[in-house]
Amino acid sequence: MKDIRESILKTDGDEKISGQAKYVADIRMANMQHAITKRSTIACGEIKNISYPELPEGYFIVDHRDVPGLNVVKIIFDDMPVFTEKAITYLHEPILLVVGPNKEKVKEIVNNIQIEYIEKEATFEWKNSAVQYHFDKGLGKSIFENADKIIEYDYETGYQEQAYIEPQGFIGYLEGKDKVTLIGSIQCPYYVKNAVIQVLNATEENVRVIQPSVGGAFGGKEEFPSLMACQLACAVKKVKKPIQLIYEREEDMLVTTKRHPARIRFSAALNKEREILGFKIYCAIDAGANIGLSGVVLSRALIAGTGAYTIDNLDCSGDVFITNTVPNGAFRGFGAPQMYFAVEMFMEHIALDLGIDSLAFRRKYLAKQNDLTSTSGTFRDPIIMNEMIEKGMEISDYKKKRIEYSKEKSTKGIGMSFFFHGCGFTGSGEATHIKAKVRLKKDKDNTVYILVAAVDMGQGIRTTLRKVVAQILEIPIDNVIFDFPDTDKVPDSGPTVASRTMMIVGGLIGRAAKEMKKRWTETEFIVEKIYEQPEYIKYNDETFRGDAYPAYSWGVNIVEVDVNPVTYQPKILNTWSVYDIGKSIDDRIVLGQADGGLTQGIAYGYLEVMNHVKGVIKQKNMTDYIIPTAMDTGNMETVIYENPYAFGPYGAKGVGELTLVGGAPAVVYAIEQAINKRIHKIPATPEYILEMMNDGKNRL
Amino acid sequence: MAKIDFRLNGVPVSIETQLNRRLLDVLHEDFDLIGIKEGCGEGECGACAVLFDHEIINSCSVPIANCANKDIVTIEGFSNTSRYKILKDAFEEEGAVQCGFCTPGMMIAAESLLNKNPKPTTEEIKIGLSGNLCRCTGYNMIIKAIQRAAKVGEGKW
Ligand code: FES
Ligand code: FES
Repeated sequence: MKDIRESILKTDGDEKISGQAKYVADIRMANMQHAITKRSTIACGEIKNISYPELPEGYFIVDHRDVPGLNVVKIIFDDMPVFTEKAITYLHEPILLVVGPNKEKVKEIVNNIQIEYIEKEATFEWKNSAVQYHFDKGLGKSIFENADKIIEYDYETGYQEQAYIEPQGFIGYLEGKDKVTLIGSIQCPYYVKNAVIQVLNATEENVRVIQPSVGGAFGGKEEFPSLMACQLACAVKKVKKPIQLIYEREEDMLVTTKRHPARIRFSAALNKEREILGFKIYCAIDAGANIGLSGVVLSRALIAGTGAYTIDNLDCSGDVFITNTVPNGAFRGFGAPQMYFAVEMFMEHIALDLGIDSLAFRRKYLAKQNDLTSTSGTFRDPIIMNEMIEKGMEISDYKKKRIEYSKEKSTKGIGMSFFFHGCGFTGSGEATHIKAKVRLKKDKDNTVYILVAAVDMGQGIRTTLRKVVAQILEIPIDNVIFDFPDTDKVPDSGPTVASRTMMIVGGLIGRAAKEMKKRWTETEFIVEKIYEQPEYIKYNDETFRGDAYPAYSWGVNIVEVDVNPVTYQPKILNTWSVYDIGKSIDDRIVLGQADGGLTQGIAYGYLEVMNHVKGVIKQKNMTDYIIPTAMDTGNMETVIYENPYAFGPYGAKGVGELTLVGGAPAVVYAIEQAINKRIHKIPATPEYILEMMNDGKNRL
Repeated sequence: MAKIDFRLNGVPVSIETQLNRRLLDVLHEDFDLIGIKEGCGEGECGACAVLFDHEIINSCSVPIANCANKDIVTIEGFSNTSRYKILKDAFEEEGAVQCGFCTPGMMIAAESLLNKNPKPTTEEIKIGLSGNLCRCTGYNMIIKAIQRAAKVGEGKW
């Protein structure tokens, strides 16, 4: 039998290349109405009065009065209304929808609605903390009492916009009298369904969510779509016709969730031998106007606080701050990219302060099998980072280049980051909160159906899950069907997030396929599997103690740059990556994730700038918000290592996020070398580099 | 409202419409050509790219008024050619397609590039693709796909 990692053509390549794949905007329905959102023009205050123009026949206003159930979007905390009733907490907060047959007319009505506000002073400083976490490991901060030397630095990271090329959108319609069906560009069909049930006060049977082709998501379509879906569901109930709610790019950029800006302080306690005794880590993130998923993002950030290293004594704490700005949310990496930038730079900066070789210093602290994690859990599986680092250095000619580029005149630099990513939900999330359920169905004619709610948003799960099933059952892949998820047909296998789909959902599907194989002679049957956490995995969400993740994927990124000595614009020359993802289910698909993730991660480190001034996002379209073009990419090379995880299908662990989280520190290491200055903030733009160059301090 | 005649995917067509409508909307809505995607609506992303008298343009930036008597080819029309087949195979074999939202535009960009320069260097491919954004692939595999197509399809462009 073939090794499963041997690539096959993606099963949806044909329809996508020919343009025949249907994304939400491509779906036609008779009598389709258009909805546009009326939004606040202030960042903080109250609505005093709304005056509406006369509505022509067939046009509707949908607002908080049209929410039959709870006016709350179900995420984690009940702090996001579907339509605000009175309080305005950020600029462009949704107030109502205008719905009608002609889009231009709908726009005109939206523009003619006059809203008077009582404006209050908005808060943009990080001072209102809504979530506080603290945990320690070993002796905690008391180790600092024994320190011979303490080194402390601050790091800062900016916003990042997911910038999926397909903007957010939904179509909603009534099926029969009471049933609301929503087709949307989403990652999590059941998040949407459950949120809509609460808002409509509906029964399970009366809400249906379907996923069409999705044009990229990267976390941006994790929780945000629930808000749109809830609004649209209320509108469908009222208008009783099919309605399209699709954002234009500018609206998408201004109002959807982004990666949380973070400020991180690291302190290290060192002994006389210049060894690290312990760390104090403090991380603050800006949630924007609602908490949303920010607490979970902060916990993943803190858990990643020691990077790929083992530090015996830790004191980790953090705050989620509420400000009157657009809410931030999920984005590939989920708190880890901020922290990896900070911890990797900190390790380098400690070594520089101590005057010792930073690579040797960093390698000395690399986590090993059976070491305790930051949450005092155990790295149970083998860690092969040393081998991976050697490989990375070999294919990039790292040592030689590192020496060559350290010459004063060189404008080039090369840097290497080490990192891991915990696969699946943090803590007991998978076991107590998600409880993934999958089904595999065999038909009379030996066709097998994969019934899960996992969404293909480009990462290729429509191909790879089928591949797993076909290979286990030893049947042609064409006999395995995996339709787009439809909550009327598939069980809740959980959201398509957290690098969990192949490892968790694929793991369950793999086990179901093995059982099916044993019973293959039965004509028609269903195998169902429900996730159970491996028994040895224990975690306390309150104390942050135990195994935060069942498995970890590991990585090494190497980036080579040339920084223009006049403009200070970095140019990416080459990148090399080495990953331990357990087992590759399809090499070409994994390599695609590797290229795309790293490109986003590197761009987060030096290119992508987003900021707000008094709550106004300054980059409101793809012209202002620069993402990499083909011109910004260098040559890319990736090596995949196998290191199977017992509960993943064929040993597979997570891939999607791993490929992003190491990009920023790798490129910034390289830029630091090129400019011979230390960097404490990303994105390291030419403006920031210039500032560093003019600053007499901060030399490497 | 006015009547506009143009060639669409090789066939003469005629449409009665408002002159300020975007070519993107006319093609997507009136002709149901769903291979044209709207990614930004402002001429930045290339997801809406079509060939306009053999030149690549972003259909979101062109009012239908400018299309009278023009020759317009979309991915739907291009997909009937043998060059399409070569590019399609190359895109699949190199893994150049992830979410697919940029892909029809990338195909049009590739066709336009190879038409002008059948043997492009890597750098020339990068320049040729610089008007098309892809957020999924990091471009690496798209670049390789075009290199492969240029080799396999030698003489076709
Ligand atoms: S939609 Fe036309 S260029 Fe983006
Ligand atoms: S494949 Fe998703 S944007 Fe290119």
